Amino acid sequence: MIALDTISDFKIYSKGAKEKKEFFKKKIIKLFSYHIENSEEFNKMMSAIGYDSIKQNNIEELPFIPVRLFKQFELISTSKKNIIKTITSSGTTNQEPSKIFLDRKTASFQSKILSKIVTSFIGSTRLPMIIIDCESTVKERTKFSARTAGINGFSFFGGKKFFALNDDMSLNLRGLNEFIHENKKSDFLIFGFTYIVHEYFYKELSKRNQTINLSRGILIHGGGWKKMLNISVDNKSFRKNLNTVCKINKVHDYYGMVEQTGTIYMECEKEYLHVSEYSEIIIRNPDDFSISPFNQIGIVQLLSLAPLSYPGHSIITEDLGYIAGIDDCACGRKGKFFKITGRIKNAEIRGCSDTL
Amino acid sequence: MIYKDIKFLTKNSSINFEELKNEPAFQIFDPLICEWIVYVSKLLLESKDVKKYPDLATFAFYCRKSNISKLKEEYYIKNRYIIGRGLLFHITPSNVPLNFAYSLLVGLLSGNSNIVRVPSKEFDQIELLCKYINQSLDKSKFKDLRNRIIILRYDRKNKINALLSKICDIRIIWGGDQTINELRKYDLSPKSFDLTFSDRYSVALIGARKYLEHNNKKKISSWFYNDTYLFDQNACTSPNIIFWYGEKDEIQKARKLFWNELENILNEKKYLSQPMISMNKLVNFYSQALFNNNIKLTRKSKNRIWIVENSKLPKDIEKFKCSGGYFNETFVNDLSEISKIVNRKYQTLGYFGIDKKLISSFIKNSDLSGIDRVVPLGRTMDFSLTWDGYNLIETLSRSIVHL
Repeated sequence: MIALDTISDFKIYSKGAKEKKEFFKKKIIKLFSYHIENSEEFNKMMSAIGYDSIKQNNIEELPFIPVRLFKQFELISTSKKNIIKTITSSGTTNQEPSKIFLDRKTASFQSKILSKIVTSFIGSTRLPMIIIDCESTVKERTKFSARTAGINGFSFFGGKKFFALNDDMSLNLRGLNEFIHENKKSDFLIFGFTYIVHEYFYKELSKRNQTINLSRGILIHGGGWKKMLNISVDNKSFRKNLNTVCKINKVHDYYGMVEQTGTIYMECEKEYLHVSEYSEIIIRNPDDFSISPFNQIGIVQLLSLAPLSYPGHSIITEDLGYIAGIDDCACGRKGKFFKITGRIKNAEIRGCSDTL
Repeated sequence: MIYKDIKFLTKNSSINFEELKNEPAFQIFDPLICEWIVYVSKLLLESKDVKKYPDLATFAFYCRKSNISKLKEEYYIKNRYIIGRGLLFHITPSNVPLNFAYSLLVGLLSGNSNIVRVPSKEFDQIELLCKYINQSLDKSKFKDLRNRIIILRYDRKNKINALLSKICDIRIIWGGDQTINELRKYDLSPKSFDLTFSDRYSVALIGARKYLEHNNKKKISSWFYNDTYLFDQNACTSPNIIFWYGEKDEIQKARKLFWNELENILNEKKYLSQPMISMNKLVNFYSQALFNNNIKLTRKSKNRIWIVENSKLPKDIEKFKCSGGYFNETFVNDLSEISKIVNRKYQTLGYFGIDKKLISSFIKNSDLSGIDRVVPLGRTMDFSLTWDGYNLIETLSRSIVHL
């Protein structure tokens, strides 16, 4: 019997549709059974929706739970004493943040998946790494958030590290230039949250009318476009801006959620987000949750093999997106590739109680 | 007097609120007031606007002469001198455009002067009604009413709340618990009190046999549609639970037909569920599942009608309220089972196909901890001068004891 946290040897993004389905389907169904057995809450939910494990449904027929439940309830598939880490989401809305509970096995498994994905883009050599954030984000225990998790997760892929921002979020330009100079014979890995990179790195350099040379840099950024949309900066502008101030050409957005760390979706050279063998994306029509065809925008559902200590393996998000294709992306990677277009709008309803 | 950041919708911008403090009240159903109400009703009914806004038409119709006379007969007490309490401060909810109109109506019929805060969000119906109100008050015949009808709009946190709370005799708060808690931060004067319309929860009761016998099932579902989807199932009167009464097999037949008919109506009206509402239903359903082992999703109807069957209703079912078409369903063979879960929050029970005597006995003999009105399906949204358990005319007026 194959353990749930096995990492196999295949090259990532190499399995075509049929192979992927074979690989993924039985594992995800096993995960359903596992969580039903180990999480009383998940068991109750699956019972209520009438999930029948014996039926061996297609992936599309498997139930999915709304991401908001992780903000309202503590969902765990192991005993509390096994939990070594609790991640909270960055809470960009007014809601309570999600609480995700990791045990040793899950944390390790998620790291390994993340590693397979990221190294396929940046290689396995540990490059000097510039983190566009301040050190207190990772140093102070009280500040643990999705930003902390992101930095910690990606730090693993870098060698020598440099935090480009001071604790007050101001740009340490002198230190940055020194670091670049010290490592001028190398490529650089750069990591930061999208909004932070724009606000405290790009804008600052632009304001000071400064350019630095990161032409050998690979930027991985994530954290969502909501804040960026609010200030009307899209992907194209973001890349152009950065190229202007630091000559960088290799920019990879990534999409992911704190409820499924490990299985992130990296942006390829053709600007599409890619699904690895360890997860799957389904787009659903909001009218009836039926499967949307390719190129039709709908609600994003994500299935992931990474969540073991909590039942986060089949989640419907409040994001909107569309699948652009499968196996035939011009970048050469196999598997589904997609774009995220926004979030579900808040409902406008009539009635006697006040909307706040 | 200049008050900061306040928009007056009636022509009172030069008013000094403090001076309204000791304004004398007038008798309930005062003839001039009744005349004015009927006058405004006529203006509305004769206008083109009314056709565009059914809620405006409903209000105008409610204010017509024959209804005002009828209400007077019901609520006026002969040979008793009953007058208003004085000055009312109304806070009306942000997403029912004409709630303010009914509140104002009640305030006037009970003999009071009224300061009415309308929602910050602008609605055509509010602008239109105020236009006709102003038009009518321009007439010299109604000049005495100008200081008794003050309609204004301001941002919820405006300090004027403190002043108006202090000078009013009764503060009428619509809009639910959060609004009430917010307004209660502002002190009333010692003699005054709050009349609050808090968060309520409503249900429906359908007798399976009479339902099956009825020859126009579409009509029944359309009554239900009016009670629910017309306000996105978000009115305090909208049913959240459907109790089916009768024999098991009759109930199974009846419920299938009932929901099918409702689906047809939604198709006809091209009612679409908004994505966030569909998501809310999913969240609500799974949340409910965590607290109640006995639920089953029996219908989704393209996310427009979610029916959640409960083999046994838990006591705090009202915590799992979800608007936009989410119904808990359960079966009873004795009406006393309903009273087991009724609490203070429960407001309306809309019924169909239940014997009148049975309902009467249910109301009198069930030790009900809640429920303010038991009305036929389709009529739950009808306004009444007795609302949320208050006889509004009585509550807002007083009589002078004369020995």
